[in-house]
Amino acid sequence: MRAVCWQGVHKVGIEEVPDARVINPRDAVIKVRKAAICGSDLHLYDGYVPGMMRGDILGHEFMGEVVETGSGVPNLSRGDRVVVPFPISCGNCFFCEQEMYSLCENSNPNARLAEKFWGHSPCGIFGYSHLLGGYAGGQAEYVRVPFADVGPMKVPDAMSDEQALFLGDILPTGYMAAENCNIREGDTVAVWGCGPVGLFAIMSAKLLGASRVIAIDRFPERLSLAHRAGAEILNYEEMDTLETLREWTGGRGPDACIDAVGMEAHMHGVQHAYDKVKQALRLETERPGVVREAIQACRNGGTVSVPGVYGGLADKIPLGAVVNKALTIKSGQTHVQRYMKPLMARIENGEIDPTMIITHRIGIDDVPDAYQMFRDKEDDCIKVVVNMAS
Amino acid sequence: MAASMTREPVLDRSLGWFSVGLGMAELLAPKAMGRMIGVGEQSTVLRMCGVREIVSGVGLLSGRAPATFAMSRVVGDVMDLALLGASLRSPDSNPSRVAATATAVAGVTALDLYASKVELQSSMAEAQQDVPVHASLMINSPPDQVYAFWRKLENLPRFMSHLESVAEVAQQRSEWTARLPGGVQLRWQSEIVEDQPGRLMSWRTVAGSEINHVGSVRFEPGPGGQGTQVKVEIYYGMPGGPAAAKAAQLVAMAPESLVTEDLRRLKQLIETGEIATTQGQPAGKRSMIGRMFGKEES
Repeated sequence: MRAVCWQGVHKVGIEEVPDARVINPRDAVIKVRKAAICGSDLHLYDGYVPGMMRGDILGHEFMGEVVETGSGVPNLSRGDRVVVPFPISCGNCFFCEQEMYSLCENSNPNARLAEKFWGHSPCGIFGYSHLLGGYAGGQAEYVRVPFADVGPMKVPDAMSDEQALFLGDILPTGYMAAENCNIREGDTVAVWGCGPVGLFAIMSAKLLGASRVIAIDRFPERLSLAHRAGAEILNYEEMDTLETLREWTGGRGPDACIDAVGMEAHMHGVQHAYDKVKQALRLETERPGVVREAIQACRNGGTVSVPGVYGGLADKIPLGAVVNKALTIKSGQTHVQRYMKPLMARIENGEIDPTMIITHRIGIDDVPDAYQMFRDKEDDCIKVVVNMAS
Repeated sequence: MAASMTREPVLDRSLGWFSVGLGMAELLAPKAMGRMIGVGEQSTVLRMCGVREIVSGVGLLSGRAPATFAMSRVVGDVMDLALLGASLRSPDSNPSRVAATATAVAGVTALDLYASKVELQSSMAEAQQDVPVHASLMINSPPDQVYAFWRKLENLPRFMSHLESVAEVAQQRSEWTARLPGGVQLRWQSEIVEDQPGRLMSWRTVAGSEINHVGSVRFEPGPGGQGTQVKVEIYYGMPGGPAAAKAAQLVAMAPESLVTEDLRRLKQLIETGEIATTQGQPAGKRSMIGRMFGKEES
């Protein structure tokens, strides 16, 4: 079969690899219909996530058709159209029982490596480094899905592939980011980054009752989508973020701040240069400009929600502000399985249209170029969907 | 750790300061240094040697793990000698100066070897005779079920990766076979000392085994009665004689992390009915290093 493989920093290629197959009883093999490139794949592309090996198959956003099931997957049969959550979760452990699926204790075969980095390991994730299990990803013609009796959800006939695709990651990720803000009627939520996760966080914050959502970015096409999703927009190239947020909230600051940017934040001036150099020298793994700003901007007693991906160590986090302003910080890989059903219902009844963020539809051969285009935000690129059947 | 009688702090300290001084000179004035020792323009190599010297020197002066840092000096000396030999091929080297330098390095090497031997002997004398291994893991299943799974000894090779087989040969007695990396086989017989269903088991190896240990596994109810905290304790006796090498190999494999990995697989088997793996999944072309690691890929 053909698959998108990581071949080194800034090198992604299509390779012919052996077919995916059932290995464990609770596995299924899915023939991928649609896959997507995620903003977090760009951290792999740029080489900032440790534990990647040449030849790793990428991709953790995908949906498709079941072609084979192991003996432990009674709920799926050949031909079922399913969307697959990016966290691999057993459904049996302490965390899965509490619906904290991304913290599954049993799905990362390399948990010992992750424990060295973080103290404890999260779940295994498709195509996202050997630290998170080294599982082959879904930017391929076929993909093996472990614990297929727990993760994949059947897509109703009336729902298109594209409508269902984002239920596997970015829609639940944006939703959980907003849910983590504990939004109450009248709240103001500021969202840094109007990429796919930021846009879904904006829509979700509105659905959860936020009175105002302020969207921060610098790309006009992204800001205009944010505006369509109901946000007031703040272009940080034209306005000072902290000053503007203070002014727009009468000095109090937003009730909740969402960092939908993560480890490769673009900032201005000395701070950006400082982090860029330290990251290049591997003295820190992140450029945490956004999380710094979010902490600084957030109102006293407010919440900072971090769906953006961070991998290791960050410098100069204003912990003093966290303490003295009594902030709550919430984060985590998304417990996707918890949100798929309710969000599917919201798509079905028209409350959310996830397809509005798609800007590019391509075939597998165009994927390597698309990584570069998406990374450099060329051609107003916001979301790339790969049609694997083409 | 108590200071040992055989330590020679004066020698350590002298070698330490010598390292730091030499390292600073190599790092800060590599060109002058290169001319002095006759190797010519080798600034990058000399700077790297300088960093290495400073690390060894600061290590020795710190007094921590002196055996390791003394040995690092020996390794450095051998590198220096090799580099000096190689430098002779360079057109701007000065053979007579290189020869003089090599003689000086050889003299220092002898001192370093002496220092590292003294350190090694003193750390051996301080080493414990028994190697203890502790590991513990929460399993989301009641104690009597986890106990029952473990008590059925034939189950053990399903999650203990180096175990080939376990067979009960008599009441309370079992025969074990394990295979270590490199194909070394270990056999031993074990007898159950204590057996309290749902609570604990303990065992010891019987005389004539290739490896001696005593061990126990406890199955304690988790906090609030949720799940089981499995606690394994093993003490490996370090034998003399022909078995010593095998036992040393086992201990060198970091038995604590082996036991922890075994417990993780036990947890996966009990909770999910299978062991998470990526072995047998497809991948693109691996790099050479990737192929080396690939064998270990789980």
